[in-house]
Amino acid sequence: MQKPILEVNHLKKYFDVRGGVFGKKVGEVKAVDDVSFTVHEGEILGIVGESGCGKSTTGKTILRLIEPTEGEVKFEGENIAALSAEAMRKLRRDMQIIFQDPYASLNPRHTVEKIISEPLLIHGMGKKERKSRVKELLEVVGLSDYHASRYPHQFSGGQRQRIGIARALANNPKLIICDEPVSALDVSVQSQILNLMEGLRDQFNLTYVFIAHDLSVVKHISDRVGVMYLGRLVELTDKEKLYDDPKHPYTKALLSAVPVPDPDVEKERILLEGDVPSPSNPPTGCAFHTRCPVAMDICKTVRPTFEQAEVNHFVACHLYN
Amino acid sequence: MKIEEKQTQSEQVNTNPPEKGQPPKQAKMRASSPWRDSLRQLRRNRFALAGIFIIVFFIAVALLAPLITSYSYDKIDPVNRLQPPSGEHWFGTDDIGRDIFTRIAYGARISLQVGFFAVTGALVFGTLLGIIAGYYGRWIDMIISRIFDILLAFPSILLAIAIVAILGSSLENALIAIAIVNIPIFGRLIRSKVVSLREEEFIMAARAQGMKNGRIIIHHILPNSVAPIIVQATLSFGTAILEAAALGFLGLGAQPPTPEWGAMLAGSRDFIQLAPWTLIFPGVSIMLVVLGFNLVGDGLRDALDPKMKN
Repeated sequence: MQKPILEVNHLKKYFDVRGGVFGKKVGEVKAVDDVSFTVHEGEILGIVGESGCGKSTTGKTILRLIEPTEGEVKFEGENIAALSAEAMRKLRRDMQIIFQDPYASLNPRHTVEKIISEPLLIHGMGKKERKSRVKELLEVVGLSDYHASRYPHQFSGGQRQRIGIARALANNPKLIICDEPVSALDVSVQSQILNLMEGLRDQFNLTYVFIAHDLSVVKHISDRVGVMYLGRLVELTDKEKLYDDPKHPYTKALLSAVPVPDPDVEKERILLEGDVPSPSNPPTGCAFHTRCPVAMDICKTVRPTFEQAEVNHFVACHLYN
Repeated sequence: MKIEEKQTQSEQVNTNPPEKGQPPKQAKMRASSPWRDSLRQLRRNRFALAGIFIIVFFIAVALLAPLITSYSYDKIDPVNRLQPPSGEHWFGTDDIGRDIFTRIAYGARISLQVGFFAVTGALVFGTLLGIIAGYYGRWIDMIISRIFDILLAFPSILLAIAIVAILGSSLENALIAIAIVNIPIFGRLIRSKVVSLREEEFIMAARAQGMKNGRIIIHHILPNSVAPIIVQATLSFGTAILEAAALGFLGLGAQPPTPEWGAMLAGSRDFIQLAPWTLIFPGVSIMLVVLGFNLVGDGLRDALDPKMKN
């Protein structure tokens, strides 16, 4: 068993909803509601879920780009949720993020050189070293050193995402949160970026938390996969186990929605009824009971705990515990 | 198609990086940066070029005033009072015989100076307050934004008059008043820009890298909000000159015998029928300078607006 690099314990992020003349708090959106998981060194943990389920918020809360409401985030044994702003700032060289939209995540007024060398500068690297490091990074992500003097608008989406990756890699981080890094890209470019990221993981011994909504992307890249629904983690296990033997009814429904590229295969699809409930007013008990085909009475009142149903197979469902 | 297959396929079409030995094809590419592109855009705009010409012309007149006229702007010559334009006095003379062309040339200095300092003052303080309000938000934003609202609730000329009334009538005080009146205009503009920039992903990326707020503001927020600042500054330059002339006309700005255009208008309004040139030339000068700045401002707005790119 490898040692854990990141431990998330009972992480919560509630956004206040304010209204009225005086901006009084009238409610809260439970974007992330009691999420716990562990990421081991060198692994790729995929997190999937439909839009609005809190995947990205979870990722950004781990990095404290969004301040958590409650809970612990332990990075190499240290609870970073309690760190001072300055200590957190220094720690950021070890934890990086790759954003979803390569068009929005690069400053349009900076050259590629400045974009990639800025994280080096703020963590105290000299000018000469920076220049050679930028060159090196550009090569690592499959760009050329003459790209350094250009501006982001002169690149394609895939190239921009490579720049974003180079920026994240600049300070040799240990953990990278990948916030849907390929969902804004063309399918053919997606695979290039995914393969690049896989290669980099092996080359630099990185750990990824890979957030995505595309099940096939997650299946391709992840070692373990967690499924989120309405701010909660409902299932977390090895990739093979999840795709071959899903336990949670939501995971089953989600996987049955993946199209099979063979017209002769008869597949039973589990069609969920209704919409995702609002995270500002989540259902009592299990968040999924309003749409669950096998809901029982207990599901409406008691929130299922997130427990191991089998070895390394966590699931939050009353059917299993 | 499986991802593995896609990979082999896409590697064939992937042209980056170039093969070794092949020279990089960068030479062909036209130098392009966001600023250079905007400048190129501006050069294509004829109205903006006309505006630049007008401004440059007045700046030249202001700088060269002692060289292009042999008269003094405050030399009283009762014998030649209210002379119509002639070879001797190009723009005629006023009611106490001063050469109007000379006074307009020296007046250009005053108007441009007032415009420059009032706009600079308003820009510096407005930008500072706007960035603080927009970036830090919460109660700081509350306080600063409400102050802006209060200042904007007054008609600008009335507020300027009130400030001059408190400080006393002089050109410097008029300048200060105009600067204060313009602070909330810049402040609100910058604040709204910063509020929208703050939510941009590249700002979050900057924070994720561990940048301090100061660096984020100077290197990421400011360069991206400079475009509206430049446009507003250019447009405000014209307004400031107009406001200075208005205060001068009301006797609250430059005091005689300073050749301020607004004051010149005020001093000669009794002779509008007898000697219209005493009004026409200062009036046209004000109009031209303001027009020049407005044309340039409009041109800059189009050139700096990414949505107008063709």
